[in-house]
Amino acid sequence: MDIIKKVYNFLNRLFYLNFLYEYEKVEKYKGKWKLMNFEILKEPIDIQTVINKVIQREAGAITTFIGTVREFTNGKKTLFLIYEAYEEMAVKKLEQIGREIEERWHGAKVAITHRIGRLEITDIAVIIAVSTPHRADAYEANRYAIERIKEIVPIWKKEHWENGEAWIGNQLETVSYPAGKPEKGEMYE
Amino acid sequence: MNKVLFFAHLRDAVGKESVMIDAAGNTVAELKAKLTKVYKLPKMDVVMTAINEEFAQNDEMIQEGDTIAFIPPVSGG
Repeated sequence: MDIIKKVYNFLNRLFYLNFLYEYEKVEKYKGKWKLMNFEILKEPIDIQTVINKVIQREAGAITTFIGTVREFTNGKKTLFLIYEAYEEMAVKKLEQIGREIEERWHGAKVAITHRIGRLEITDIAVIIAVSTPHRADAYEANRYAIERIKEIVPIWKKEHWENGEAWIGNQLETVSYPAGKPEKGEMYE
Repeated sequence: MNKVLFFAHLRDAVGKESVMIDAAGNTVAELKAKLTKVYKLPKMDVVMTAINEEFAQNDEMIQEGDTIAFIPPVSGG
């Protein structure tokens, strides 16, 4: 009888530990959930996951923008891209874009995920989901988000071609920041 | 001391991701000029600067312990 009791106690303890472990995972997940509307990921992005973050009862529309890797730019064939980010700052800037949108379009909810690392042609680089009470706002706000990303979020892409490679942005020479930083809404207004 | 981060073509030019330098008391513009000279950095007029992960003006003063990042024109999305 003694041995049965011991086994019983042991199994009980095991289940309890397992419960604690699972519980902790759920709690951690819940804690993180709120902070994760704006993400930089090294793996492929799941579209539905991003959309789910902006679902709300008040919404009458959700727009999604999916940025993909294009093969030809100005007639030049790209083999693949490398995206790099100043991750901590990039997440902060994505959060800032989210706040700007919420201030500008009442009731808007935003989620943005940008992928970094090596991406092949047709791969998804960025997904933006915006939900708002009315559709016009959802379209506008989503457009605003992608334009702002191209302005203030520290992410760079390097294009690789058959005969070379280059960081994009550095050779355009169309943008300059005489004051040392971009002005708010400089481009979109 | 201050950590200075380089990205994209600037990291390629410097040959490393970051350097430690004593920049406290310098303005952003002064540090920029100094490093441009030392590492022969290209096209620094289009490069933005961040102090502690926030964009900074050229006349902003760098404090002890600040992390500085040089941000070339971005090309995400």
